[in-house]
Parts: sequence; structure tokens; C-alpha cells
Amino acid sequence: MSAAVDKLPAYVVPPPAELEREPLVLNQRSPGWISDKIAGLAEQGMPRWWWPAFLVSVGGMLMMFGMIAYLISTGVGVWGLQQPAAWAWDITNFVFWIGIGHAGTLISAILCLLRQRWRTSINRAAEAMTLFAVACAGIFPIVHTGRVWYALMPGYLIPFPNANAIWPQFRSPLLWDVFAVSTYGTVSLLFWYTGLVPDLATMRDRATSKLKKFLYGLFALGWTGSNRHWRNYEKAYLILAGLSTPLVLSVHSVVSFDFAVSQLPGWHTTIFPPYFVAGAIFSGFGMVLTLLIPLRTLCGLEDVITTRHVELMCKVILATGSMVGYAYAMEFFIAWYGGNPYELYAFKNRAFGPYFWAYWIMVTCNVISPHLFWSKKLRTNMVFVFIVSIFVNIGMWFERFVIIVTSLHRDYLPSSWGYFSPTYVDILTFVGSFGLFMTLFLLFVRYLPVIAIGEVKAVTPQADPHHPLGGARPGGTH
Amino acid sequence: MSTSARPHALLAEFESPAALLHAAEKIRAAGYRRWDVHTPFPIHGMDEAMGLGNSKVGWFTFCFGATGFTLGMLMIWWMGAVDYPLPVGGKPLFSPIFAFPVCYELTILLGAFGTLGGMALLNQLPRLYHPLLKHPRFKAVTHDRLFAVIECADPQYSDTETRRLLESLGGRQLELVED
Repeated sequence: MSAAVDKLPAYVVPPPAELEREPLVLNQRSPGWISDKIAGLAEQGMPRWWWPAFLVSVGGMLMMFGMIAYLISTGVGVWGLQQPAAWAWDITNFVFWIGIGHAGTLISAILCLLRQRWRTSINRAAEAMTLFAVACAGIFPIVHTGRVWYALMPGYLIPFPNANAIWPQFRSPLLWDVFAVSTYGTVSLLFWYTGLVPDLATMRDRATSKLKKFLYGLFALGWTGSNRHWRNYEKAYLILAGLSTPLVLSVHSVVSFDFAVSQLPGWHTTIFPPYFVAGAIFSGFGMVLTLLIPLRTLCGLEDVITTRHVELMCKVILATGSMVGYAYAMEFFIAWYGGNPYELYAFKNRAFGPYFWAYWIMVTCNVISPHLFWSKKLRTNMVFVFIVSIFVNIGMWFERFVIIVTSLHRDYLPSSWGYFSPTYVDILTFVGSFGLFMTLFLLFVRYLPVIAIGEVKAVTPQADPHHPLGGARPGGTH
Repeated sequence: MSTSARPHALLAEFESPAALLHAAEKIRAAGYRRWDVHTPFPIHGMDEAMGLGNSKVGWFTFCFGATGFTLGMLMIWWMGAVDYPLPVGGKPLFSPIFAFPVCYELTILLGAFGTLGGMALLNQLPRLYHPLLKHPRFKAVTHDRLFAVIECADPQYSDTETRRLLESLGGRQLELVED
């Protein structure tokens, strides 16, 4: 391949400068360089930062499992839940994590259908993030049932013949959620694995130890890069993208039905499905940036995850953040315009009641901070983008907290008013879920290619038979 | 590898995607049937150059997806309206409206399995043994090398003619791969 570059005839006329886009891989890196760089990350021992990060994450994960063991052995009373707020951090954390997952599918599926070729550098890590976020999300609805064995027993959530001869209640949005989230997790895994197959073959062909050769080889399914295979593979990938697009839009819509289908003021709103989907993508891109900006620097991936990639992600954050801000305003408008006094009260109470601090943290992080990305200077400053991405994460957690707790804590009668405060078990379980998330992510960085090697190669000019770098000759068809 | 191993295919390396694309058109025009190109990334236009039609994976997706939707509707109807009717608040025991979200998800779930399964079936994967995978130079196909392979089982194959064709198209380091 490099030979082709060396022998590039001098008379090839380059395309006009104004038609050239910023390259997706900087410094004209060759396909070989891309393999060496990315596969190399998983082959060499991890740099020094990996072990401390891994140990801290595992510590957090174990803390979470300890807290869950305490919860299950004692009862949900160890959380701060009390009537009237019988849902609080558990469901907040569930919606928070499942929302984070959405950016992965957006990047891998929707941007694939829209032919946004910049997705290739970030889709693998973002899809991995999706899977791990869904794993974190799945824990909370299961453990919040208290008697966890009922939630896990076939027949209660998953329709399965059981001794009580009953079936799940298909009229309930909570059951729709079971199907939506489990389908989402499964299809995301299939999509991620499909994308991994050619890269696992790369890992197989580079592996030096017998065990690695066997394991990578097993999961690479005997991939040989045959074009007859690529043809079906690419079609399957495109179809999976086509299936994942309506899936990702439906998942957070169904999550929002958990609230919107109820009669509670503050929840019973038709704007919820689109508003939740926009918020999910917003939060997910926040998390992608939180993970990829350090990864890019620590692993020296600046040529593949370029400033342009980060900038484009900032623009998605700006767009979805604006949608979220619009939804906040529209909720207030409809609460007033709808003429329902309870609805209006719920919203006044949200902004100026006892949880006003949570509401204004949410507004600051979600409505104000993304608008800083109008400035190109700020969008291209990695430290600044990283800080804003943290704000986005915080803001979106608070959004779910605000929706859930402020709507619940004041029932229709003042005798049923209360104030929810978390216990240490609530807090440590949530903090520990980041441990689980980071443990899985660090293992992924350690053992699998963090960037889709084959896909990045395919968007380089060296892979394009109609580009001079791909061997195209002037005058001929290729 | 014993010396009596039968040859499997003739392997030729090409220097650029454009050269390989050009070679693929010529190999096809020469009437070969059992041949393929192996590349680290899909090459734009190669399917047309090789004369491959549209992939049939979509049919698997469609059949599995339709099955998922139908099974979902039947399941919800049978469980809620036939096997264990549970009247709640005067709501219908079955309606395609409330059954829709679950059936929608099942369409996608089964469709995705059908897609992946269909791809595996059409590609005859997993196939963990392949003569090419034994070849030391072929390993680089997942790195940055481009190969064209013509199988010896092709009716058109001839030791001299096929070799001459690949060489004339710019193929380098021609080698017979043993079975």
C-alpha cells in the first residue's frame, strides 16, 4: 500500500482545495498504521494509568454490590424512599443510565444511515459505552422491587409459563419497558459484535500467544476479508443500523411512557417521548466526550479522533441541548395554557418549591452550558469541552431527579406532602454504578480495539479506488 | 503440511484498491466463477466489478421481523384474552394498540437476529478452518494487503493461463495455496 503512495504519478491533479473536507484521519496515516496503532493498544501492556483507574473502578463496583446485598437482605427501607416519594434515585439512575446509552446507538446507527463518515472513529467506543450503560441501568429497576427474586423469576417480567398460571400485564407501560430495554440491550450487543468481527480477525492475525489466537479467532468466525463476505456483511450492517434507528427512538419513548401514561401532574404530558429522546442523546454525547477526550490523549489517538470529531460532537450537544431547553419552556407554557391548577402548581413547585436548587442546577447545566459551544474557540478547546461534558452529565441526572421527585413529593392533599432525602445507601449505590461502568469500559480498552479499525481504514483516501492515493490513474475510470 | 497436499487456489497480491478493482473486472470478464478478492476494508464499487448482485440478507430480516410482530400479537392476545383474562378498569382484554409497543420491539429483536443469522448463513460463517488462513503471507489481509484468489477448482483454471492473467493485471508474488 505504501508502495502505491510512493509511486504516485506526479501528474495526478488534486481536487480543488475548496472541495476538500478536513480529512477524517490526520497526517495521511496508512491502513497499516491504523492497525498497528489501534490493535497495538490492546496488545501491549496498558500504560501506567490503567491499573490505578481499574482498581478504583473495581472498588466502586464492589461497593455497589455490597450496597445491593444490604438492600436485598434488609429491604428497600434502607433507601430514603417514603410515601409520597416512593420512586426516587432508583428510577432516576435507571433513566440516567439508559439515556447515556442512546448516544452510542445514535452514532452507530443514525449517523450510519445519514452517511456521516466521521462516526467511524468513535462508534466502537460509543457502542461499548451503550452496552455498559444499559447493564448499569438494568440493575436499578430489578433491585428496586425489593424482593428481587420475583423480578428475576421467569413469568413475572418475561412471559413464561409458571406455577401461578399468570402472565405479565401487557397493558402496562412498565412491561413495555421490559421489552424495550431488553431488546435494546440485545440488539446493541449484536450490532456491536457485528462491527467487531473484521477487527477481531485483525487481532487474530496479529496475536502472538496461542490463547489469544484461539479466542480472537473463535469470535472472528473465520473472517478472511473476502469481498463476497463483505457484500453480505455490509448489507447486514446497514440493516442493523436501520433496525436500531427506530429502536433507539422507541426505547426512550417507552421509558417516558412509564411517566407520561400515569395521571400525575408533572408526568402526564404528551411532550415526554420526543423530549426524553432529545435529552437521552444530549446526555449520551456528554458521556461519550467525557470518556473519549481523556482516552484520545492518554492513548495518543489524536490522528484518528481529531479535533473535528470533537467539534462535531459538540454541535450535536448544542442541537440536542437546545431541544431540551425548548422542552423545559414548553412544559411550563402548557402547564399554564392547559388550565389545570394541579399541573400549574406542580411546575411552579418544581422551579420555586423545596427542590428549587435541583431545578436550577438542571437549567444551568442543560440550558446554559451547551450554548457555550456556539464559539468555535471553546468547541476546539479539549479541556473546556471535557468540563462542559461533565456539566451535561450532572445536568441530565438532575433532570430525571427533578421530573421524578418534584412531581411525587407533593400529593394532591397537603397531608400527603413530604420531602425526599437520600440515605448513604442511595448515594453509594449510585456512585458504585460508575465503578461498574468504568470497570467494563477499562476492560474493553484493554482487550478489544477501541476504534473500528476496518471502518476507519475504509474512510481513508488510500482505500478509495477513485482517489489518487488509492491508486486511481487520471483519465481512466479507476 | 505434507508434500502431497492438493493446491487450493492461486493467490496474487495487488498494490492498490484501484488495481484490484481493475483486476476484478478482468477476472470476471475472463469467465472465472470460483474466485474472490480479499481486502482489509470493503472497496467501493467492488461488488459491481465482481458482478455480485444485491445481497439477500434483507429477506432474512423481513421474514424474522414479520414473525416477531405476528408472534407478539398472538402471544399478547392469547395470554391476556384467552388463557387468563384479567379485566381491569373496563379496558379491553386485547387491543392491537396496547400490544403495539411490545410487538414493535419484538419485530426489531427478531429482525436483528435474522439479519445476523442470515449474514452468517449466506457467508457460511463461522468457518474456523480455511486453507487461506494457514498461509503465512495471507495474514496481512486484515492489516493492509489486497489479494485476489482464483480457486484451482474453477473449470477455467489452468496453471499457466491463470498465472499469466493475474500477472498481466499487476498481480505480484503469485503463490499456490495448499488445501
